[in-house]
Amino acid sequence: MATNTAVAKQQKSWRIYGRYALLMFVTLIVVFPIYATVLSAFKSGPDSLDHPRSLLPTGLTLDTMRAAWNLGHMGRLLWNSLFVSVAVTIGVIITSVLAAYAFTFINFRGRRFVFGFCLATLLVPVEATVVINQRLIDSFGWKNSYQGLIVPLLATAFGIFLIRQVFMTVPKELIEAASLDGVGHFGLLREVAMPLARPTLGALGLFTFLGTWNQYLWPQAVVDDQEHRTIQIGLDALRSADINRFNLITAGTVIGALPIFVVLVAFQRQLVRGLTAGAIKG
Amino acid sequence: MFRRRGDGLIASAMLAPAIAILSIFVVYPLGRAVWLGHLRCDATGRKCRTSGWMQYFDVLRSSDFQHALKVTFVYALLTVPAGLVIGVGLAVLADKQIRGIGFFRTIFSSTVATSVAVASLIWFVLLQPQVGLLPDMLSMFGVMKNPGLLNDAGTALPAIAITSIWANLGFTFIIVTAALQSIPAELFESAMMDGAGGWKRFTNVTIPMLSPTLLFVSVVLVTRAFQAYAEVDLLTKGGPNPERSTETVTYLIYGQTSLVKNDIGLKSTTAVLLFVILLVLSLVQFRSLERRVHYGN
Repeated sequence: MATNTAVAKQQKSWRIYGRYALLMFVTLIVVFPIYATVLSAFKSGPDSLDHPRSLLPTGLTLDTMRAAWNLGHMGRLLWNSLFVSVAVTIGVIITSVLAAYAFTFINFRGRRFVFGFCLATLLVPVEATVVINQRLIDSFGWKNSYQGLIVPLLATAFGIFLIRQVFMTVPKELIEAASLDGVGHFGLLREVAMPLARPTLGALGLFTFLGTWNQYLWPQAVVDDQEHRTIQIGLDALRSADINRFNLITAGTVIGALPIFVVLVAFQRQLVRGLTAGAIKG
Repeated sequence: MFRRRGDGLIASAMLAPAIAILSIFVVYPLGRAVWLGHLRCDATGRKCRTSGWMQYFDVLRSSDFQHALKVTFVYALLTVPAGLVIGVGLAVLADKQIRGIGFFRTIFSSTVATSVAVASLIWFVLLQPQVGLLPDMLSMFGVMKNPGLLNDAGTALPAIAITSIWANLGFTFIIVTAALQSIPAELFESAMMDGAGGWKRFTNVTIPMLSPTLLFVSVVLVTRAFQAYAEVDLLTKGGPNPERSTETVTYLIYGQTSLVKNDIGLKSTTAVLLFVILLVLSLVQFRSLERRVHYGN
């Protein structure tokens, strides 16, 4: 009996070692592209990527990063992306909260119809509307402008729906009591609804920020000047600037990826909760 | 529920910003595109003549659209099953409370932090023939051809697919991991009591319990394949030509070399067709979410 458990124990520990070995192996494969990219961004000269020794962390320098920063106008690109993403995030939160409040707490005629209208826009992907929106923005005189990048994104059915779901959990008695006490709509919104919605607002904000930051099709459709380019489409311009210096591209890529990496490390838990909330709990 | 005088007015004021944005930039463009879809126009869209509503069927049947549709289907076939298998494999591998598992989970989730553009540029460099890191390794298996994977008509689409599988890995891993953790432990225990081995438990407990999640993830991934634009634009511009081997449906509409670029009518027709495809996909996605909820209960 005693030897049996010893054997079983040994078997078990071998299994765990096997799992660790497999985990390490897969980690190497998943991380390799990131490792090679980051390392080459800190190297200069011809052996930065075309030689086995380029994978060793030797001869590191900041020169390539500096060159990419200057040549690619990275500061400007990052600022544009940040400005647009923050503006869109704030805008979406405001429009979503207001609309969700009206849909949940105010009984007006045509409410179901208007809500259905909002919800239906959830089914229209950006790929279907850019054709016309591009010309629309042109006719507003908003080509190559922050307005063009920001205004069309300032409201989403997803945001309205998400916040409405939270507002609907406010107990009826609480609303009635507030109403009897003479609390107005803005009082109810500020004192009852908003505190309840705070965690969800965080998730909505995070997803809106990431979604806006990562856009490609829309910024490319409305912006073609240096001044308003976002980081995603600016990286392509950096590549075109000097196609033969792959270092510059990898350095630019690292600079472009870094802010989102920081955001995700900071909000990892909210991200996972948000991603899985849709898929798991519904 | 409040019922007061003036409520209608307050509601209108609160709804106005959202409704205005959604009407002007979502509903109107869609309606306008549907309307323009039966016209043939010049690039400015000022001079149009009707081509009849059959234009939708004409485009659908055209060899250019069929080609793009085929490329997109192949792209989905290359990315979705492989992405699912790898994602589930990683999630199962990391689904054990052992020391340091948090580190591995963070690594496997990490590609969720890369935008399509960043992922594409990372792989753009790695796939260059001059760079040699990856091509050297691949040449050991005899895969590598001289002009580089992205410049060869036969390998360009699989090369983009590798980028996409890698970039989507984080998303799939996070969702599947969460789903694994929501499977009740008793199910595994009773399977074990019945003498089911590791593989048997995987096929008889894990896979059935995961299936709604797998459906959801696959639909999301198929949708992403149909929306593929940035990766094509950054890696191949729809080429190599003349085969146009990586021209997906979205790239057919918006790419720099787009065949319909100079005709806002035809461009609208194609965009509306893409919309219909994506509409069907999102309806399936909603259904898969509903099913997921029922399973959860």
